[in-house]
Amino acid sequence: MDPECARLLPALCAVLADPRQPVADDTCLEKLLDWFKAVTEAGSSLLLLQENPCLVELLFHVLKPQDLSSRILSFALRLAGTFAAQENCFQYLQQGELLPGLFGEHGPLGAAAWAAPTVRSGWIQGLRSLAQHPSALLFLADSGAVDTIFSLQGDPSLFVASAAGQLLVHVLDLAMRGPAKGHGRLQAQDWPACAQRIVCHLEDCLCSEAAPRVTQALHVLTTAFGHCHGLWTQGLWVQLSPLVARLLEKDPMPAPHALVELLLSVARSSVPSSNPGLWETAAQTLSRLSPMQAGPLAAGILKLQDCPQALRTQAFGVLLRPLACVLEATAQAPGTPGLLEGAAGDPMAVDMLPPSKSACVGLLCSTLAHLELLQPLPQRPSPWPQAPLLAAAVTILRFCNGSAAPSSEVGGRLCAMLVGCVRVQRAALDFLGVLSQGLGPRELVTQVFAVLLEYLMSPDSSPTVLKKAFQATLRWLLSSAVPPGCCDLEPRAQLVLRELLAVLQKRLCSPCWEVRDSGLEFLTQMTRRWGGQAGFRQTLLASEVPKLASQLLQDPESYVRASAVAAAGQLSSQGLLAAPSSPEHPAGPQTPLEELLLVLTTDSEGFPRRAAMRVFTEWLRDGHMAVAEDRERFMARVLQAASGDLDWEVRVQGLELALIFLQQLLGARSPGAAPPGALAQALRALCRVQLFEFAFRSLFDCDRPVAQKSCDLLLFLRAKAAPSSSPQEAGDSPDVAPVEAALQRWRAGEQGQPLGELAPEAVLAVLRSMDLEALRDTLAESSDHVERSPQSLLQDVLAAVGVLGDNEADCY
Amino acid sequence: MLDCGLDMTSTLNFLPLPLVQSPRLSNLPGWSLKDGNVFLDKELKECSGHVFVDSVPEFCLPETELIDLSTVDVILISNYHCMMALPYITEHTGFTGTVYATEPTVQIGRLLMEELVNFIERVPKAQSASLWKNKDIQRLLPSPLKDAVEVSTWRRCYTMQEVNSALSKIQLVGYSQKIELFGAVQVTPLSSGYALGSSNWIIQSHYEKVSYVSGSSLLTTHPQPMDQASLKNSDVLILTGLTQIPTANPDGMVGEFCSNLALTVRNGGNVLVPCYPSGVIYDLLECLYQYIDSAGLSSIPFYFISPVANSSLEFSQIFAEWLCHNKQTKVYLPEPPFPHAELIQTNKLKHYPSIHGDFSNDFRQPCVVFTGHPSLRFGDVVHFMELWGKSSLNTVIFTEPDFSYLEALAPYQPLAMKCIYCPIDTRLNFIQVSKLLKEVQPLHVVCPEQYTQPPPAQSHRVDLMVDCQPPAMSYRRAEVLALPFKRRYEKIEIMPELADSLVPMEIKPGISLATVSAVLHTKDNKHVLQPPPRPAQPTGGKKRKRASDDIPDCKVLKPLLSGSIPVDQFVQTLEKHGFSDIKVEDTAKGHIVLLQEAETLIQIEEDSTHIICDDDEVLRVRLRDLVLKFLQKF
Repeated sequence: MDPECARLLPALCAVLADPRQPVADDTCLEKLLDWFKAVTEAGSSLLLLQENPCLVELLFHVLKPQDLSSRILSFALRLAGTFAAQENCFQYLQQGELLPGLFGEHGPLGAAAWAAPTVRSGWIQGLRSLAQHPSALLFLADSGAVDTIFSLQGDPSLFVASAAGQLLVHVLDLAMRGPAKGHGRLQAQDWPACAQRIVCHLEDCLCSEAAPRVTQALHVLTTAFGHCHGLWTQGLWVQLSPLVARLLEKDPMPAPHALVELLLSVARSSVPSSNPGLWETAAQTLSRLSPMQAGPLAAGILKLQDCPQALRTQAFGVLLRPLACVLEATAQAPGTPGLLEGAAGDPMAVDMLPPSKSACVGLLCSTLAHLELLQPLPQRPSPWPQAPLLAAAVTILRFCNGSAAPSSEVGGRLCAMLVGCVRVQRAALDFLGVLSQGLGPRELVTQVFAVLLEYLMSPDSSPTVLKKAFQATLRWLLSSAVPPGCCDLEPRAQLVLRELLAVLQKRLCSPCWEVRDSGLEFLTQMTRRWGGQAGFRQTLLASEVPKLASQLLQDPESYVRASAVAAAGQLSSQGLLAAPSSPEHPAGPQTPLEELLLVLTTDSEGFPRRAAMRVFTEWLRDGHMAVAEDRERFMARVLQAASGDLDWEVRVQGLELALIFLQQLLGARSPGAAPPGALAQALRALCRVQLFEFAFRSLFDCDRPVAQKSCDLLLFLRAKAAPSSSPQEAGDSPDVAPVEAALQRWRAGEQGQPLGELAPEAVLAVLRSMDLEALRDTLAESSDHVERSPQSLLQDVLAAVGVLGDNEADCY
Repeated sequence: MLDCGLDMTSTLNFLPLPLVQSPRLSNLPGWSLKDGNVFLDKELKECSGHVFVDSVPEFCLPETELIDLSTVDVILISNYHCMMALPYITEHTGFTGTVYATEPTVQIGRLLMEELVNFIERVPKAQSASLWKNKDIQRLLPSPLKDAVEVSTWRRCYTMQEVNSALSKIQLVGYSQKIELFGAVQVTPLSSGYALGSSNWIIQSHYEKVSYVSGSSLLTTHPQPMDQASLKNSDVLILTGLTQIPTANPDGMVGEFCSNLALTVRNGGNVLVPCYPSGVIYDLLECLYQYIDSAGLSSIPFYFISPVANSSLEFSQIFAEWLCHNKQTKVYLPEPPFPHAELIQTNKLKHYPSIHGDFSNDFRQPCVVFTGHPSLRFGDVVHFMELWGKSSLNTVIFTEPDFSYLEALAPYQPLAMKCIYCPIDTRLNFIQVSKLLKEVQPLHVVCPEQYTQPPPAQSHRVDLMVDCQPPAMSYRRAEVLALPFKRRYEKIEIMPELADSLVPMEIKPGISLATVSAVLHTKDNKHVLQPPPRPAQPTGGKKRKRASDDIPDCKVLKPLLSGSIPVDQFVQTLEKHGFSDIKVEDTAKGHIVLLQEAETLIQIEEDSTHIICDDDEVLRVRLRDLVLKFLQKF
């Protein structure tokens, strides 16, 4: 501990112990605990206490009957636990009977303060920190703390109850760790007494008729199998699995969700390797649970790397069953081969869909979400029923828009429940998009495009549904390229494209800005992908879409303008944007470059200006024709606009643009210094576009990312201008005084001062004279690095209660 | 009579009435029978495979034969669309009753009728076709003429004089106003949220309540919101006027309307919106007010052409108390409640009585025109269809749900202009109805048969029908339905002086009884208990009594008894009074006390006690008195 902190510590302890000086800020106490934890982890706790007796005094003080706030009491319990984590310090505190006082029956446990959840929580956390060594285990057993932990499992405060469960697991692990060493499978009768008590308690809970007790036990076991990796867990499962299996026989089954979590936790642990009986229990559970409850278990099983094929098949069947019902509900002939051979034809299976709308919607959404997560995994079931899944997704979407033709009563019911249901629509569209990764029968893919077009055309599609429909369409178009990865759209997709553009045309005129925005995003992505393809170009140019997109640069909604900027940028890159502009502004700018510059210089919102900068960066990088015509003029205009922008992201983007320009002039790839001739030429160009003024100014920008970016840029330039290749050597020393004077003023915050004409030599000289590395390191530190020191924390606490005379508190 | 709507779909069978001579329409070929007979070619014309009657359009009247409309005492009107047949009823059936409607309903209804009369009268047609109506001939005609029902009852449009006379029979009412009908029932209009002044009606007596729910809307549009709470506790809820397009969500349709409008205008085309002069047009103009600037359409002129355009736009601004809360608050600022005032002020919206006159000077293209009639058979819309129909740049957007747009377009085929169908029907859909019924919980729901089954074209859509418990009672055309309740109680008032004379006696905690002797006076379905006249004073003179002074004979009333007889105590009492050899038997209804010695039997049941003995009156009276001891008298 640094001396200054040690000096402040007694005052701090006095403040904490004084009930008349309440510490208002809870976060201070948390930070103090973090600090003490760091200090004890770095060194000896015993030494710390011996060197700072005020700490022990504070703990003793807490024990006295007085009107101390529950927060301080909780803090003291946790602090004591932190110190007692080291066995010698534990012994030291034990000698003073401090620990029994704090954690025993005569401490807060028996006092009125126990009513405060924060005290109970502090008690648990203190014990959690303390329970690290065999002595602690003895202490727990002797002090009766274990019984208290049992009772706290049912605490009305969920935080306390959950922490109690975790503490129990921790104590069990601590107890079992010692004797389990070397013994793979310890028999239950050989377990330490403390562990036996806990296991016995868990057994009681599992046999209890009260569902909350069963749930508590299941949660504890889930945590145990999830966090403890000792071999003893195998023995624990052997001991308890018959009781868990017995739960399955009860009707109704208690705590099904907790049971699922436990089974998955055990399945992910080392237990299955030695105890294949688990799979049987899992299989039994799958068949006993309702579809809604079984879904997470089935999905969890399928994500396991290693589990019996029969169980995987069963789990996949459970997961697919709701979709099989959907398919069955529209099958023209009953028993048509569907997603699940046999299961779907089974009347029980068809009736499994819940009768209430909310339950049915929930089941379908969770099923679709599980399958969506499963699809890209390498361990997903094989063969993957791509075609029936596609058919199911399409059918669900058709139920949702009322166009499905149900063939049974269940179908009619499904239809009534799903019509217009936005939640299911979103889930199904997401799933459909993911399915584009696989192939499908030609006829089905046609249906996919048809249903996607229906959604895109429907006036009833909500903006979020529409956005998802656009995304799914794009994914399917991407997957339709022949051969895969090729730029060309297959003829069928080409046909779809025509209809798609007609829809897009209408959507770009929608009164709802979210729809216009999604439409523009879709257009940008399509153009990026197929802008070079003749068929696409022809179809796009035959539509009104490019014109509409450029008209949306004047949209009243800034997000839409930003998307329109991106779209116009992309269209222009591909030569698909004819000279605009809207009839509203006949005297407006004529080229896309002028239009976007207008956005950059005049738009009142940040988003469109940022988008314009991104487009310019892309144009410069890709050598857009409008840029290539006169690159220096382009740079000068854009940098001038960006440097004066109020939005720091625009300025950062401006520096990014400058860096690319620099790289293009000096060669980004070639390591080391640039050839002298090239450097001199480049420097002159950089001076002409006034890049240095922007970069130097940015070094002192009040927004740190801007300064960092500028620093990187100048460091790059300096690296390229190695001393040997400096033009400086050839002539006299340049006059750097005006530049340095300007830099001084800027550093002092006088940003108004211009830099004036710059000589390349002077720039280089200044660049070399600056300690850019140091600046970079300073900028790399977080802005509150000074204020986060422990000393500052202590001063804060003291200042808050007025102990420090002058106001030295940091503000943060 | 509940509502008085006019079926105007009959006009779809007729050729449009052009405002200016249309060579295309006048040169349509006459229709001839299959055998080549041409006697109908003057009456029927053929256009793109469809046959139309070349005559003044006629309308299908409400059912007049089922009941004698002269016996109808009252007509309740729900909204201005449901009163268009009123002149036919009030002027030609001997109707002498009263019509009840709210003020905006009457005013806007008048505008609709005025527009209709104007549309028809300003293009007089000499020819009147009636041959085709002959049943034998109609059979030979192609569909849909062949299938048209009751063509013989179809009538030409009424005159303005008839409209005025009909409207003079309307009595204006306000929301929640209670109107007594002959003392028998009370009717009350409630806001239905569908249109300015639109109402649902409650018809109630003291113990029964029937709600009539007609065109209603739960959406936030311009009218006052629907009053749902007052519909609670109905014995019967008659449900009608649901949305005609249950699959079309009005919000989506408005979006579609705006998108298509913008797309057309941006491409240099014109947009034609066939519409009524009041109703959804206010909401559309409000949407466009917000939309046109964002869509860059500020320079595009909007024209509203109707003989009543000016009145409609201005009326809408003055019915503040009938508007939704937001619009009402604007009035106090003061600002016009509808933003179309600003559109007019800034010259973005211009209105004209017809295409003749000023309009032709101001007309600028591309533009958007709102005009009637939505059937496309008469009104200025006919001119625009003829004018713009040939160009694919133009678009006609149908927003009114009353007419099939395909049928409306039939006489204009072949048509190059784009047609967009965006029916905006804000009335209740089936999901909203389900929620409404769950909320107000009527004992019975009565509705047209169509609402109790999915639409024929979408038989799988079980969500498109009324879903309630118990299932709704349905009715079909001309069906007579007995409503499922009986009038069991009548409320009787007690005059204060009579009430004052009563002496209630508490027979159970919280229940008091009193006997009443009074005269029941019944007049106009009102029942009043009045104090009985005093006993006739002995009169000295020989004055003859007038008939009205006759008073009913008032018998001396025996006291009423109440209470129950505890058998054990009764037996003890009997024994105390010297009866012996008493035997008690339990029966299904009570007890029998046998006095074997006296050969007497006392039957004690819940609501009667009998003493059966052989001609021993003294014994009977003795026993009676003993029984009475256990009962209360009042």
